[in-house]
Amino acid sequence: MLSLLKTMWTVFLHLFRRKITVSYPEEKPYVPPRWRGRIILSCDPDGGERCVACYLCAVACPVDCIALQAAEDEHGRRYPEFFRINFSRCIFCGFCEEACPAYAIQLTTDFEMGEYKRQNLVYEKEDLLISGPGKYPGYNFYRTAGLSIEGKDKGEAENELPPVDVRGIMP
Amino acid sequence: MATIFIDNKPYEVKEGQDLLQACLSLGFNVPYFCWHPAMHSVGACRQCAVKQYKDEADTRGKIVMSCMTPAADGTRISIDDPEAKAFRKGVIEWLMLNHPHDCPVCDEGGECHLQDMTVMTGHSYRRYRFKKRTYRNQYLGPFVNHEMDRCIQCYRCVRFYRDYAGGRDLNVFASHDHVYFGRHEDGILQSEFSGNLVEVCPTGVFTDKTLKKHYTRKWDLQTAPSVCVHCSLGCNTIPGERYGKLRRVSDRYNSEVNGYFLCDRGRFGYEFVNSGRRIPQVLVRPERNVDAIPVSREEVLEHISGVLHFGARVIGIGSPRASLEANFALRSLVGPENYYSGMSEKEHALISSIIKILEKGPARSASLNDVMKSDAVFVLGEDVLNTAPMLGLALRQSVRQRPMEAERRLKIPDWHDAAVRAAMQSERGPLFIATPAGTGIDDIAAGTFRGAPDDIARLGFAVAHELNNELPEVTGLSSKVHGLAKRIADELRNAGRPLIVSGTGCLSEAVIHAAANIAWALCEKGRKAQLCFAMPECNSVGLGFIGGSSIGMALKAADEGRVDAAIVLENDLYRRVDAAQLDRFFDKVKNVIVIDHVFTKTSAKADVILPAGSFAETTGTVINNEGRAQRFYQVFIPGLDIQESRQWLRDMMAASHIPLAGQWKTLDDITAAMTEAIPSLKQVREIAPGATYRETGMRVPRQPHRYSGRTAMFSHFLVHEPKPPEDTDAPFSFSMEGYEGRHPSPLIPRFWSPGWNSVQAVNKFQREINGPLRGGDTGKRLIEPGDIERPAYFTVVPAAFNVHDNEILVVPLYHIFGSEELSVISPGVAELSSKPYLALNPRGLKGTGTKEGEEIKLILNGRTYNLPVKFMSDLPDGVAGLPFGLPGSQWVELPAWGRVNPENADIVQ
Amino acid sequence: MNDVTGHLIIIFGVLFAFMTIAGGLIWVERRLLAMWQDRYGPNRVGPFGLFQVIADMVKIFAKEDWIPPFADKPVFVLAPVIIVLSALMSFTVLPLAPGVGVVDLNIGLLFFLAMSSLGVYSITLAGWASGSKYSLLGGLRAAAQMLSYEVFMGLSLMGVVMMAGSFNLGDIVEAQKGMWFCIPQFLGLAVFIISGVAETHRLPFDLPEAESELVAGFHAEYSGIKFGMFFVGEYLGITLISALIATLFFGGWLGPVFPPIVWFFIKTAVFICGFILLRASLPRPRYDQLMALGWKVMLPLSLANLMVTAAVLLATGK
Ligand code: SF4
Ligand code: SF4
Ligand code: SF4
Ligand code: SF4
Ligand code: FES
Repeated sequence: MLSLLKTMWTVFLHLFRRKITVSYPEEKPYVPPRWRGRIILSCDPDGGERCVACYLCAVACPVDCIALQAAEDEHGRRYPEFFRINFSRCIFCGFCEEACPAYAIQLTTDFEMGEYKRQNLVYEKEDLLISGPGKYPGYNFYRTAGLSIEGKDKGEAENELPPVDVRGIMP
Repeated sequence: MATIFIDNKPYEVKEGQDLLQACLSLGFNVPYFCWHPAMHSVGACRQCAVKQYKDEADTRGKIVMSCMTPAADGTRISIDDPEAKAFRKGVIEWLMLNHPHDCPVCDEGGECHLQDMTVMTGHSYRRYRFKKRTYRNQYLGPFVNHEMDRCIQCYRCVRFYRDYAGGRDLNVFASHDHVYFGRHEDGILQSEFSGNLVEVCPTGVFTDKTLKKHYTRKWDLQTAPSVCVHCSLGCNTIPGERYGKLRRVSDRYNSEVNGYFLCDRGRFGYEFVNSGRRIPQVLVRPERNVDAIPVSREEVLEHISGVLHFGARVIGIGSPRASLEANFALRSLVGPENYYSGMSEKEHALISSIIKILEKGPARSASLNDVMKSDAVFVLGEDVLNTAPMLGLALRQSVRQRPMEAERRLKIPDWHDAAVRAAMQSERGPLFIATPAGTGIDDIAAGTFRGAPDDIARLGFAVAHELNNELPEVTGLSSKVHGLAKRIADELRNAGRPLIVSGTGCLSEAVIHAAANIAWALCEKGRKAQLCFAMPECNSVGLGFIGGSSIGMALKAADEGRVDAAIVLENDLYRRVDAAQLDRFFDKVKNVIVIDHVFTKTSAKADVILPAGSFAETTGTVINNEGRAQRFYQVFIPGLDIQESRQWLRDMMAASHIPLAGQWKTLDDITAAMTEAIPSLKQVREIAPGATYRETGMRVPRQPHRYSGRTAMFSHFLVHEPKPPEDTDAPFSFSMEGYEGRHPSPLIPRFWSPGWNSVQAVNKFQREINGPLRGGDTGKRLIEPGDIERPAYFTVVPAAFNVHDNEILVVPLYHIFGSEELSVISPGVAELSSKPYLALNPRGLKGTGTKEGEEIKLILNGRTYNLPVKFMSDLPDGVAGLPFGLPGSQWVELPAWGRVNPENADIVQ
Repeated sequence: MNDVTGHLIIIFGVLFAFMTIAGGLIWVERRLLAMWQDRYGPNRVGPFGLFQVIADMVKIFAKEDWIPPFADKPVFVLAPVIIVLSALMSFTVLPLAPGVGVVDLNIGLLFFLAMSSLGVYSITLAGWASGSKYSLLGGLRAAAQMLSYEVFMGLSLMGVVMMAGSFNLGDIVEAQKGMWFCIPQFLGLAVFIISGVAETHRLPFDLPEAESELVAGFHAEYSGIKFGMFFVGEYLGITLISALIATLFFGGWLGPVFPPIVWFFIKTAVFICGFILLRASLPRPRYDQLMALGWKVMLPLSLANLMVTAAVLLATGK
């Protein structure tokens, strides 16, 4: 009985506590850098589109809200012909970012993307692509991959030997 | 049966297998690379290590390669032994030392056997810190992409390409850790089966180049079981679709038909489905010789109901490349008496006679599996690699049967591939080939014969006479040919499973009769002789069952003014009859309605053009050369006005108030009506469960459970996802919803099993390795041999071929890439297809100074053709070859006598 | 100003005042709960978020007024009406200030008890008419809970009646001039507050609703305006019980400086806040605990209170 009254008293005292509510939008809340907000597609340090259209983000997405189509450009690079995220379905779980082997898809600190029309939440590649490398400044997938592209021949990637001379007869 | 102990539990396995095969058959996950179910063991990769124990008391055991150890009675092994596990993990780690960081951009990713095995063995971290070896890649043609860095040196590719498929231009080069799998230089792979490298190679070295152009991962493909439409063999396929485009075709295992492989025409011919030649919408031509204009469905049906008014004399022309159901729907619409099979007169006659031979004679029609198991083969008049390519691959295996017997006597197990091949060397079983021109399997033949069709038939009759001297004797044979006939007869007589191969390739009935005579004579001698006929199209036999008469009769009816309107179903008549005759037909018949999926010369003339679905957009049944009825299922829903032919026909029936239309709600209804109307097709009902089949209340999902992009694929059109369309014709869903588990074999939409993402997953669907699928192989044989005391032998032996003075006999030649109507629309196949030419023996041109490639005049049936000459030195004297059906060529009735360069008449012998 | 118009003014005044309070309570409750949880609560619509009430009302009125096909339609519609009516009727006997009240009934207290018993029907019928199992369970709970607590509620007030010697609420207030009854009748007060909470089925005694177990219980099937009536009915109930506590135990309008009516409202407001504090701080007991508390604690307590009061009154000879 007494404990009930004590509880009530304790709760009553909260009337005079500082409120934890942040009065958004007048006051901006603190958003940690690893916040999972609006998704972007980044570019590698050389300015090339990072996404290699591997479909891993799409298959990792639990709500299947990523759709893309792979294509190859004149330099032999894979890139997404289109890349679409239906943000009206996205649950901002970040699985896509974790799945991405190229650090291309990243979740950012921006969460202010409310829309009156759901259709406006469908983002195409033009809406997603940014010019910088985002959270991972130095990485360039093609520097580590074996696939040769224009400007990076076989044997020129990190940790690679020059191509084998098939006609060599040395043991 | 042998009992083996795996981790101390006893299991019953079939005798004469290796341990790996036994373990996989039992459902164990043992990783492997170099072993392939069709090519067996060589022990090259060391991945399949298990621990073997001498006996129960042995606790130390030793590591052995399961693929190189017989599953003998009492064998004790452990798969889970920690040492064996560590060994397997180590092997993967070594294999991965040089493996590039490529998975995201590798087309194999997601269906990579190397990925699967890496996960299975638990190797997850690269410790090797040194540099990776790299290679330069090669250009291998329009079908196969090469990325050599990813190779793990399992040798499967060369074993398939050279040993299994008889290719010569792919090999292994260099030494030690530099070994290289490729060609001696860049260039197009020559084998007709190069596409199988894509599935045989466990890594991403060889990948599908046509897929690469519109790359989609396996998990994103909407698939359904299908049947190849590019030749008469009916190989089972799995076409995959994404975003409304067909992306690739892969193999669907069927132990009786194609097994693990497909030919390149079947694998890469699919692109016609996406081509610009597709008819996208309903078109109506207001007048002849003006452009057709698009109209709406309703308008066209209204128009058609006017055309098909009561009392109008309407004929229907079917097609051997359309399904049974579509042909039957047409037959029902116009009435059986007005239905024509759509085959040329000769084709029609040949097919009817083949069906009669198979039904009435004692020799059974051979499946491809039977072909592989035959130990003596005689090929009459058929260039199998070009008309029925997989038959050629099967014949390559058949010549190993006889030597294998010898190996068995030496106690070399069948599965020990390296040992078998080493012992066999170049020894081969008897295969005799009699064709007008050289074939791609002549290299494995024990004897070849080149002759005009009549001479081939005469050789056949001579062989038959040798086997049974009551049969008509062939007089006037040279002693050489006579000797050959004797030899062939002896080999066939001594064989356990002799096989006679023939077909419609020569367009000669005599050849077919000769083939039948030989097989029957053998049967009468108590041999289990089988017959295998190659036919022109995927449903030629089916059309034979449906009946009707040939196009010729239709043209005749039109000529006599007995036709007001004609409905042409999926058929380019200009590929089957003479153009002039057809033009007359179009003049006579005022209303020609064409239902087809690609624009053809015929549709270019038609008054109404209705867009039909291709094989990937329809469900139906086709009957292959063996007489096996197989169902193919719709893979995806086509856009625009396109709908299945039989739907169009049903709509037309409804528009013209034919009551049957109301009863035909689903495919099953049509099948039921068809089997009732044509009793010989009765079993078609049993080839697959009907549309109402459900597993635990669920359909079979066309999309794999990992299908991605469901909520984004079409969100740019409309963000609200529509309900997936329903399929009333088949028990499949157009979504991921459904039962993702074991289904009856005709309904397996893809091979996948947990941990097995690659094509190798098929081992989880087989009753035992290389055995039928669980639940039996798909398809039902509709033709079984009659129980006949004495077959009705053919007695008319054609006269010997005589070289004419001023004339030359023109026979058809075939091209795997080019001769088939649909596949050649695909860019890759088109690239490899030849231009029309005239093949002449240079012997006959001696002294004329004609060079190869020079244009030459050919006068045939009163028409002149200008064609470049191609030298073909094995053509018999007095015979020329004209390729059939190549793009840009015209149909000519063959074989026919023609004249070459008539103003310079003396050049022809 | 003649009698009739005076009366009408008072009637509508009272009606308006209490309806406003009940409506405003939506906002008050949400704000107070928020404050006690270190939040702000609705503070966006209008000054201090006051218009939130209006927004909520508009929303609730605009919602589809849906009757489930499996419901007993007339009863389903009648149920929410009963609760609002019975609560509003009770207000008629409340004296807001000397002479300010709708009727000056000399059995005022009995009338109130009668009305509050009617309220039970509303809940029980709602639960029954909804035709769903959760609603039915809620209705059953409500019936048992409210019928039981009515007993102690009535009994707990008898001490007050004895001391005041009247059922007339005005007289009862007058009788507290010397000392508020909360002191001699603190037992009665305690029982009344607890059974008041139970009668209005407010948290922590909201077992008929119990959204976590009965998915909103008796009004699970209600929506739109009919749900709004239950909502308002509940707030009317709170206001009524608070006003009664003030009237019966805390001297009603009595108080220095401010005019009587102000005192009445101040006191009522304090108890309303008390109700909300209860909701903010106490967890819901189990149903059997609630019943046990009623029959094993409340009943003896209120009987004891009655006896002692009677004895003391007899002894002091008043
Ligand atoms: S954050 Fe999650 S839900 Fe959103 S796109 Fe990425 S994987 Fe899909
Ligand atoms: S996972 Fe990364 S690289 Fe792959 S498709 Fe998605 S964004 Fe592109
Ligand atoms: S072959 Fe397999 S493991 Fe190697 S890069 Fe390709 S997908 Fe990855
Ligand atoms: S190319 Fe493929 S099949 Fe050939 S050895 Fe390498 S990994 Fe094996
Ligand atoms: S599979 Fe046994 S060694 Fe390769």
